[in-house]
Amino acid sequence: MNDEKLRECFSRSLGIPAGRVSDDLAYNSIKEWDSVGHMALVAELEGAFDVMFDTDDILGMSTVARAREILGRYGVSFDAA
Amino acid sequence: MTSPARELLDLPPFGLSQAEKRARLLPMLRTLTTHHAERCAPYRHVLDGVFGGADRLRIERIEDVPFLPVTLFKTHTLASVPDAEVVKVLTSSGTTGQQPSRIVLDAETASVQAAVLVKVAQHFLGRERLPMVILDHAGVVRDRRSYSARGAGILGMAQFGHRPFYALRDDMSLDEEGLRAYLTWAAGRPVLIFGFTFMIWQYLVQALERGGRRLDLAGGVLVHSGGWKKLQEAAVDPGTFRDRVAAVTGIERVINFYGMVEQVGGVYFENPKHHLQAPIYSEIIVRDPVTLAPLPDGEAGLVQVLSCLPTSYPGHSLLTEDLGVIRGVDPEGTGMGGRSFEILGRVPKAELRGCSDTFVAHA
Repeated sequence: MNDEKLRECFSRSLGIPAGRVSDDLAYNSIKEWDSVGHMALVAELEGAFDVMFDTDDILGMSTVARAREILGRYGVSFDAA
Repeated sequence: MTSPARELLDLPPFGLSQAEKRARLLPMLRTLTTHHAERCAPYRHVLDGVFGGADRLRIERIEDVPFLPVTLFKTHTLASVPDAEVVKVLTSSGTTGQQPSRIVLDAETASVQAAVLVKVAQHFLGRERLPMVILDHAGVVRDRRSYSARGAGILGMAQFGHRPFYALRDDMSLDEEGLRAYLTWAAGRPVLIFGFTFMIWQYLVQALERGGRRLDLAGGVLVHSGGWKKLQEAAVDPGTFRDRVAAVTGIERVINFYGMVEQVGGVYFENPKHHLQAPIYSEIIVRDPVTLAPLPDGEAGLVQVLSCLPTSYPGHSLLTEDLGVIRGVDPEGTGMGGRSFEILGRVPKAELRGCSDTFVAHA
């Protein structure tokens, strides 16, 4: 369920179809996920999962898989991966 | 090519003494000079035409590293990577009516740039993101395809804020009501305020003074960047600026920031003595505006900036149009290594034209 939520966050904040959100989708690899998109993504994830990232997390969130890992450190579990 | 700056990412950003730093930077700057000479034809032509030949360079100290005038990026797109590897093109608006600079970044340079900005900013602001007030209107970053240099600067800083609030309305008036509501939400946490120097002055300080009002931002930190020209014309010096900010907001920590789109990795924040401090990834040299010879500390001249970051374009050594002066080395009591300096203003255009024409002719 959290996996679904994660995909939705990416899809909504970057304005791309959920089908394009794969684990290896990377920052700066598509025009929608640039620095502006990244800030929208951060805000979306923080709101949806009720967490607050630090600046290292924001820098480290370079792929969908990395975002899942970082959320995991804040206690969000992804069992249905 | 992997950016040489990666080697420094595990160190604290001001954790090397000036001597240690120069020893680390020299081979990196040599490598970058060779790298760009091999991959960027206009850069090689400048080395051949102005610096006695790319193959005959003798770089024994950092002062020997050839430099390009920043203005060259306005007339030429200088790249050391194929077009297919470019992930981002930065543009600067510069002064009105001027052509913008175009700076090409590949994935490596963009990623190290982001890492270095975070390292340096964390030194001053901590790792935790603070509630953040941006002294601009949200429209400045709304159109993601064409945001200005101002917008790009704001986005770079916005990552250090938690739910940033844009404090100006579209007509540049201060949204005091919205701001007070935001501060209520922040509930006493220290707030980061960011804006361009003249905008902070005009739309925050003067706006509050005119209305005879003040805001309670005590414990917060104000980071500001951008030229002093408009404030100098109004005879406002940095000390006055800080005093008047403190009087209307209660903010005691005011940090000036210097940098330019043409040199990624050159991020200079003010140290506690109110001088700009060069981090381990970069070096500052001041040169005589006429002979271009390096000047001793304390003498004003043209500022040259060096950075071990850029591999996608030849921006590792640039001569700016700014006048500055070196104020010290490893300044005592700050716990920071490296040179500290001050920017005094812009060099009048006409004085530089001869110099930049020489470079343009060869590039």
